[in-house]
Amino acid sequence: MKMKGAQILLECLKQEGVEVIFGFPGGAVIDIYHELPKYPIKHFLVRHEQAAVHAADGYARATGKVGVVLVTSGPGATNTVTGIATAYMDSIPIVVFTGQVPRLLIGNDAFQEVDIVGITRPCTKHNYLVKDPEKLPQIIKEAFYIARSGRPGPVLVDLPKDIMASEIEAEYPKSVSLRSYNPHYEPNLKQVKKAVDLILEAKRPLIFAGGGVIASSGNKELTWLARTLQIPVTATLMGLGAFPGNDPLWLGMLGMHGTYVANMAINHADVVIAAGVRFDDRVTGRLDSFAPSAKIIHIDIDPTSIRKNVRVDIPIVADCKEALLALKEEISKRIKDKDLSERYQSWRDKLNAWNDAHPLTYKKSDEVIKPQFVIETLYELTGGDAIITTEVGQNQMWAAQHFKYLRPRTLLSSGGLGTMGYGFPAAIGAQVAFPDKTVIDIAGDGSIQMNIQELATAVWYNLPVKIIILNNSYLGMVRQWQELFYNRNYSATHLEYNPDFVKLAQAYGAEGYRATKPSEVKDVLKQALKSKKTCVVDMVVEKEENVYPMVPAGASLSEMLLV
Amino acid sequence: MKHTLSVLVEDEPGVLSRVAGLFSGRGFNIISLNVAPTLEKNTSLMTIVTEGDEQIIEQIIKQLRKLITVIKVVDMNTVKTVEREMILIKVNAQNSARAEILRIVDIFRCKVVDVSPSEITIEATGNSEKLTALINLLHKFGIKEIARTGIVAMKRSMQLS
Repeated sequence: MKMKGAQILLECLKQEGVEVIFGFPGGAVIDIYHELPKYPIKHFLVRHEQAAVHAADGYARATGKVGVVLVTSGPGATNTVTGIATAYMDSIPIVVFTGQVPRLLIGNDAFQEVDIVGITRPCTKHNYLVKDPEKLPQIIKEAFYIARSGRPGPVLVDLPKDIMASEIEAEYPKSVSLRSYNPHYEPNLKQVKKAVDLILEAKRPLIFAGGGVIASSGNKELTWLARTLQIPVTATLMGLGAFPGNDPLWLGMLGMHGTYVANMAINHADVVIAAGVRFDDRVTGRLDSFAPSAKIIHIDIDPTSIRKNVRVDIPIVADCKEALLALKEEISKRIKDKDLSERYQSWRDKLNAWNDAHPLTYKKSDEVIKPQFVIETLYELTGGDAIITTEVGQNQMWAAQHFKYLRPRTLLSSGGLGTMGYGFPAAIGAQVAFPDKTVIDIAGDGSIQMNIQELATAVWYNLPVKIIILNNSYLGMVRQWQELFYNRNYSATHLEYNPDFVKLAQAYGAEGYRATKPSEVKDVLKQALKSKKTCVVDMVVEKEENVYPMVPAGASLSEMLLV
Repeated sequence: MKHTLSVLVEDEPGVLSRVAGLFSGRGFNIISLNVAPTLEKNTSLMTIVTEGDEQIIEQIIKQLRKLITVIKVVDMNTVKTVEREMILIKVNAQNSARAEILRIVDIFRCKVVDVSPSEITIEATGNSEKLTALINLLHKFGIKEIARTGIVAMKRSMQLS
């Protein structure tokens, strides 16, 4: 077929099954926007390119499909960098198309020219500058394949304007093969056998789940493993939802703001089954005292994750789901119909005792709204049937601690990069994917202002996203560190001036609510949840509430500050 | 410990920047780096000398393999190899020193590739110990300029233990 480059691009996207694009037009992509209305692809116009990437990322996290972004050259492209780095750190499949100046002008410092391929090289899984028009379909095919396969990640494709405007002869390839990229999914069965030996000999085993379990849809296999052998489960922030948060075997999240019992469990476990995790410093605390008495079985699709931070006894380089399935088969063979539920009873008793001694809690109040109480009430009202997104900071940790995630892909949060301003656009992406689900952004008064302009997007497309601002007039997490480790020197963390969020919501055409007393919380949340409109709920909460437990940076996981 | 890595890559724009960026971004060290096309179309070979403990070297190799444009990585320290480097040295060679410099050139089987009334430029090939020894010996005459290719390496045909 012979068509304009822009038509080829859109034809390829159509064949790739793309239904939704988040974007913002500009000179370098005007040819693409000119053709876009003729294709069965829904375009969502954002108000800032960073939000387009977070929205595509939220769409990808909520659905498991590849999110797609289209922006112009220069500042359009540079505005995507934070979003791309966010997706890269959390292994989220997105493809970002950026406009570029015509090929003849590249390198001449042309208007709105920037070397976006150079800029995003360290924060994309791979990226392309299309120089040869005939390679356009091949590159698009590769971009989607690379983004979604192996350890997923963002891929950027830079499209010079002259290629989009000129007639090209091209066919969309049916398949793709790269000699230098062949992700490995199947586990080595010898390693699986060794792992099962270790698990069945263990006295104090612990399952430690991460984002890889969710990315590979291995949650059923993980749940089987835990329930069949009655092994307790903890997870990273990225792994929340991989195992039901209301199960008796669930210990809560581990790490810097993990539960007492989860951190004690990893400290005393003799075998740790780490599935789809990368041992981030927020999870491990001081490395030399992490899981000191445990043999570690580490399942991950990315070989670089193995032994990057911690020693591993049995590495299994494979897709998490495939590896967990292989473990299931091997264990089933060995245990036949034996009931092993009593096997780790004394270990579970010990964990229960730890949890009873120091449960996840906070000082309750009748006078002032506690942020934790807001999250608990949200859980109570939704029954966990909601997609929660978060911003970054205290709001994120309270959302992780006090809401129970019952299914995968129900918590969308910037784990690795810690991007303030992520939650609201991500909620827009999730709501686009699931128009009938309840989608809630748990925000802080600081983070929400980083992408608040997207209220226009949400209102315009009738997306009933609920933004719950835990408003403490502080950049709360940094303030907490200042309180605990910097002599209460609240340098630049007091947001002494904030807008009136209710009026701001109304100005955008959204609904605004406010609660200032604990007795109002439930009613206000009920109203917002019932509304079919975009809602902003300003929860005026305790100003200097801290997130506990807390492991100080660089300390061992056993050194927790408690309520 | 120093390791020599043979890295086969797709010969396309940006591939050197991807590899170099990986080293700088992750705090790994490049001691020398040599790149040139191979006989195979669209394929180049990089020879990278780097340094680190076992865990770091393992990470470097895995991270290199993770790059989409890297086809193959071999740690040449795990096999018997021939390693060579070429060097050009411009050294002061006044009347009295000339004879001694030429004797050294002879002993090291180097070549004189350029000469003037006051300087001699020497081309030498060898492994790094030989080249270091040569530089040390020429030092006292006053080395004015030096240019090295970085190491290239090849697996030996017979892997005798």
